[in-house]
Amino acid sequence: MATSINGSIPGPTLRLREGDTVTIRVHNRLAEDTSIHWHGILLPFDMDGVPGISFKGIPPGETFTYRFKVRQTGTYWYHSHSGMQEQTGLYGAIIIDPAVGKPRTERDYVVQLSDWTDEDPMRVLAKLKMQGDYYNFNQPTAVDFFRDVANEGFGAALDKREMWNQMRMSPTDFADVSGYTYTYLMNGTAPAGNWTGLFKPGEKVRLRFIDSAFMSFFDVRIPGLKLTVVQVDGQDVEPVTVDEFRIGPGETYDVIVEPKEEAYTIFAQSMDRSGFARGTLAPRPGMQAEVPAPDKPQPLEMEDMMGDMTGVARARHARTEYGPTTDMRVDTPRTNLDDPGVGLRYNGRRVLTQADLRTIGGPLDARDAGREIELHLTGNMERYAWSIDGVEFGQSTPVHFRHNERLRVVFVNDTMMTHPMHMHGMWQELEGPEGKFQVRRHTIPVQPAQRVSFLVTADALGRWAWHCHLILHMDMGMFREVVVA
Amino acid sequence: MRAKIRTENKTMTNKHVSRLAALILALGLAPAWAQDVGQDMGNMNQAGGMDMASMQGGSAPPDARDPHAYSGSYKRGPLQLGDEHRYGSLLINRLEGVNADGNTSAEYELQAWYGSTYDRAVLKAEGDIDAGKLQEARTELLWGHAVAAYWDTQVGLRYDSGTGPDRSWLAFGVQGLAPYWFEVDATAYVGEQGRSALRLSAEYELLLTQKLILQPRVETNAYGKSDSDREIGSGLSDLTLGLRLRYEIRREFAPYIGIERVALFGDTADFARAAGEDSKETRYVAGLRFWF
Repeated sequence: MATSINGSIPGPTLRLREGDTVTIRVHNRLAEDTSIHWHGILLPFDMDGVPGISFKGIPPGETFTYRFKVRQTGTYWYHSHSGMQEQTGLYGAIIIDPAVGKPRTERDYVVQLSDWTDEDPMRVLAKLKMQGDYYNFNQPTAVDFFRDVANEGFGAALDKREMWNQMRMSPTDFADVSGYTYTYLMNGTAPAGNWTGLFKPGEKVRLRFIDSAFMSFFDVRIPGLKLTVVQVDGQDVEPVTVDEFRIGPGETYDVIVEPKEEAYTIFAQSMDRSGFARGTLAPRPGMQAEVPAPDKPQPLEMEDMMGDMTGVARARHARTEYGPTTDMRVDTPRTNLDDPGVGLRYNGRRVLTQADLRTIGGPLDARDAGREIELHLTGNMERYAWSIDGVEFGQSTPVHFRHNERLRVVFVNDTMMTHPMHMHGMWQELEGPEGKFQVRRHTIPVQPAQRVSFLVTADALGRWAWHCHLILHMDMGMFREVVVA
Repeated sequence: MRAKIRTENKTMTNKHVSRLAALILALGLAPAWAQDVGQDMGNMNQAGGMDMASMQGGSAPPDARDPHAYSGSYKRGPLQLGDEHRYGSLLINRLEGVNADGNTSAEYELQAWYGSTYDRAVLKAEGDIDAGKLQEARTELLWGHAVAAYWDTQVGLRYDSGTGPDRSWLAFGVQGLAPYWFEVDATAYVGEQGRSALRLSAEYELLLTQKLILQPRVETNAYGKSDSDREIGSGLSDLTLGLRLRYEIRREFAPYIGIERVALFGDTADFARAAGEDSKETRYVAGLRFWF
């Protein structure tokens, strides 16, 4: 079953101008409640579009009028915040141009990545509740064991498995939902459909990558082209040139490429390597380039489970992390931002890391943090339960930010998955391990056993959502309400 | 839950309690269980020279953070998410034809649950049908409650039916996943007229490939008191070792073949011999594992 906005998936790209006041009337022709959330946009909280937090939602047959002044520029997106509607197609791109014209790139394309399943998303969730590794067909087998025995010896093969098996953890738990059920889409088009962006040789092409997937991280590259990353989450960064970058649900990356007179494959393999989205950049329609095979998956490593045992960072666990909600805790999280993440570590390509990103102009607020709060990302893969501090949303209390305070948030990831943590309504200004300002983001990917810290200026009065953008994690409770008052 | 354990144990004699406890310990469940619920098991968690004991289970230190400390006494809005929904499933773990000494019978074993992530109603049933007649059946209705990341306690009722007289029991058990991925189900029962019983089963899933799975399985039953009407003797009654090879056409649909060795002990074996049956037999099975 599909749901759509104005009849297409993705919905129409909204091109807005900084400084304008926009009015968007959303009429619900579905048989159930819906909503539209403007992802990354600064606006009054009652325009943010989260049912149960910002407003009541839009009942069938009714129209809700969103109206807000556009206070920023860059690449953003919008999506439903109701039920499983994002999985079934309710998402689209937003491009905001500056009030006074900076020169635009000659070619400019949105590249919106997503995942599609023919299964009912509720059924996907029910299966995961029954078997957390239902969609993982890349698990260690007896065949792998004997191969390791042959190559490395019996002892080494056993050691390699000892820790994982003892802890009941899978070293290949990269994605809860895989290509077993997903078709990965680029601008709504399956790999065989080959979405194509045309260019004239010699042009600079701006590609606005948006990950609108329900549950999928992508590793993106364009063989034959260097990617110059110029903007992240709508915020301009000092240009950095790479071969590849990882993008998680909720994030956006703008890259500039300079193609010559030939075709290039835009290759976005899923993080677990179970499939890929693919499109083409070409000087003429109908051209295409070779499509690479997905990389071989690399298992999670010690640092993804234990963090950095020689480091100085110590996690302070919540008392609610010692019960049934939480299957592991990391006492000594790693703090480095220069890790491209599992599967990208040794591929010989220059892969973007968070340490490469520096927002032009520095932080929005020169104040240091007045206080610090620590929150842990937690879960239980066997029960398919996700939480913060071992407390699911339904049992949680809000996080209170005092109006206009500047505070530091510390996230420690006590799981072995990467969680793209998205705060509504306010920026998260990520700091490096030494506390220096790094990059301004609406969605921060937190890697396994990693500790990240960022500053927030609580200048947006009202109630806001704050959650993991892997939507099933969000729905199972890795979610907090923020109250700014 | 600990209070409940004590209450139930009080209805058993000390002899029964110590016998059951000894059996549990002997079968190695206790260390795994205890580790997860936070008792100090010393070096149980040493792996690769690193201490991982602090990474799972345990109990919160006195200075652990309060997860509600940042709330400023604000309350949440009306939003409800999937963590507050109820889910359910029915697993027919074994539905098989059994061939032993030329005789073919049928067996079933299923488990269903419905409820939240941490509290759920659990139905377990197991039985065999021979010559078109239900020979022996065990059906349990339990309340499952999560007590640790990988473990649920289960309390409820068990009802035995079949050719002998029916029996009712109170049941208390644990079910979960022990370190190294052993699926364990251990339940103690208290019945009428001072009867007591213990049932323990464990399974392991060895992935030969992503879809071809070898499943060793062990089950044993012990009783505190003889029940001649059901041909059960006191003490260790039976032990079954099985090996099933299944192919998951889909995760939820897998045909299998297998072999099982069943041994009866003590008076239970005597009852069988008196009825002209073997006290040990090898059985060949073929069946289907499926779930919804």
